[in-house]
Amino acid sequence: MIVRLIALLIAAFLVSPALAQGPLRLTITEGVVEPLPFAVPDFSVEAGDVDELAIQIARVIAADLTGTGLLREVPREAHISNLGRFGDPVSYADWRAINVQALVAGAIGLDGNRLTVKFRVFDPYAQAEIGSGLQLVGTLNGWRRMAHKVADTIYTRITGEDPYFDSRVVFVAESGPKEARRKRLAIMDYDGANLQYLTDSSSIVFAPRFDPKGQQILYTSYASGLPRIHVLDVLRTDSSEFDIKAGIMSFAPRFSPDGKTMVYSVTTGADTDIYSMTLETGQERRLTNSPAIETAPSFSPDGSKIVFESDRSGSQQLYIMQSRGGAAERISFGEGNYATPVWSPRGDFIAFTKQHNGRFHIGVMRTDGSAERLLTSSYLDEGPTWSPNGRVIMFTRETQGRAGEASLYSVDVSGRNLRRVRTPDGGSDPSWGPLQ
Amino acid sequence: MRFFFQMLTLLVITACSPLAPVVYSPSVEGAPQSGQQTPSSSNSEGTSEYFRNIVGAPIYFDVDKHDLTAQARAQLDLQADWLRQHQDFAAVIEGHADEQGTREYNFALSARRANEAKEYLVSQGVRSARLQIIPYGKERPAEVCSQEVCYARNRRAVTQVRYATGL
Repeated sequence: MIVRLIALLIAAFLVSPALAQGPLRLTITEGVVEPLPFAVPDFSVEAGDVDELAIQIARVIAADLTGTGLLREVPREAHISNLGRFGDPVSYADWRAINVQALVAGAIGLDGNRLTVKFRVFDPYAQAEIGSGLQLVGTLNGWRRMAHKVADTIYTRITGEDPYFDSRVVFVAESGPKEARRKRLAIMDYDGANLQYLTDSSSIVFAPRFDPKGQQILYTSYASGLPRIHVLDVLRTDSSEFDIKAGIMSFAPRFSPDGKTMVYSVTTGADTDIYSMTLETGQERRLTNSPAIETAPSFSPDGSKIVFESDRSGSQQLYIMQSRGGAAERISFGEGNYATPVWSPRGDFIAFTKQHNGRFHIGVMRTDGSAERLLTSSYLDEGPTWSPNGRVIMFTRETQGRAGEASLYSVDVSGRNLRRVRTPDGGSDPSWGPLQ
Repeated sequence: MRFFFQMLTLLVITACSPLAPVVYSPSVEGAPQSGQQTPSSSNSEGTSEYFRNIVGAPIYFDVDKHDLTAQARAQLDLQADWLRQHQDFAAVIEGHADEQGTREYNFALSARRANEAKEYLVSQGVRSARLQIIPYGKERPAEVCSQEVCYARNRRAVTQVRYATGL
């Protein structure tokens, strides 16, 4: 059940890593609509009986790059030449002929349990290599992570964006009928692979949240009868109730960016307020004290501020306060209700759920509330979470009616490339972990 | 036979109290209504089944509201009467919300609803120590269609009792 973390050794070879960026560069702007064509021929095999794996690794890389919506694979059937052995000269004209603008060449080798993956990226039009070749060393069962690392490197070289493919998502796996939904925590690679269940469905769980290192998960569970915050160790899949005063109903937890503090809500019934706790000492601090519902707190990336939702004005709106509490400034002023704000890891945007005229939207706004943009619209979209590079938002979409089901979706921060994230059951409340 | 007897009891009570829940059951509808006596109350009334069937009907709330309607207060009056008469029972008040809201907010809203019911029961003389609220947000809908008729049945608070001496 436990996925062992693989230490990946990344070593530059062939060319100095100090070499400047290659000539091909895709700059992501609102104007980029036509995806850039690339090709990933099957990797060649240099050692071991791993022909099938060489194909699978190329497929994972292609899926990662295609999944961004920024690149488009030229299918293998259209290729008119082979790459031969790794290091052979590339027939650039053959790739230009099928309009390939980025060509990935790679090789793998297995020695015992030691898997080596190396790759180079070429620009057939400039007839030049993009960046330098890289070699990754890991263990056989870490091959998917190595494929994601390759794809991350290619993505970063072509777009200039930070990587995000080698990351995991914790979420609530849902099964069973709507009136008796069974919910359990699950963790998976960002693309839905390697799914493991972390809890059973004996009690309701909701809203799991990763710590900044991807090792612990805070969530709310009814395991003790009352809804209370629990903490789960990802490696040991070992969970325990959080040490908050007995009988207190606590929920909506989230770690600070340094992992040392937790913010969360406590409800007395009449009143729901936001608290913080220094995890090492257990020291609690009450951050809000209006009689309103104040919940869904999320830290700014520097840890100095907290964005949260409150209905103190009479409807759900977004507010920002200092992380020590005190006066809060309202930032949402559009029509409808605003909820579940989450600060981008880049610090530039706040993602939120908006409810207006019977529809739900995932949207983003600047941290001062300006430049609001709605990215999605459906019967019920909620609960955004950011990719580690602040480029993609994953969220819950629930369909309506008796057979209504919750699923995970992702969308680019530009609003393009809406995709369903494949999970074996229904899924809700995703929390996107850090780059591994 | 015992089931049949309880159903008849229920009918009589329903007839006496227009605010009690309407219970749909083929065996009840087919049962003769005349000539039945109200049974001696002490044994059958002092059970959690009795509470659930006779006085424990859910109370309902308006959209995004937690204040009690006149109908909800009337229902809670019945619950308070019963709880005052049966001191050996504790009650859990579950709060619920419809699916038209975000998870955390609905959780807090359902806590407000359960708490409103609790405070009303306390105002009617039920000791606070006997009452526990549990918010469920939108996690446990009673009805699963996505129309107002179902939403209205899901915006609710439900009181459940259990035998608990020493409170």
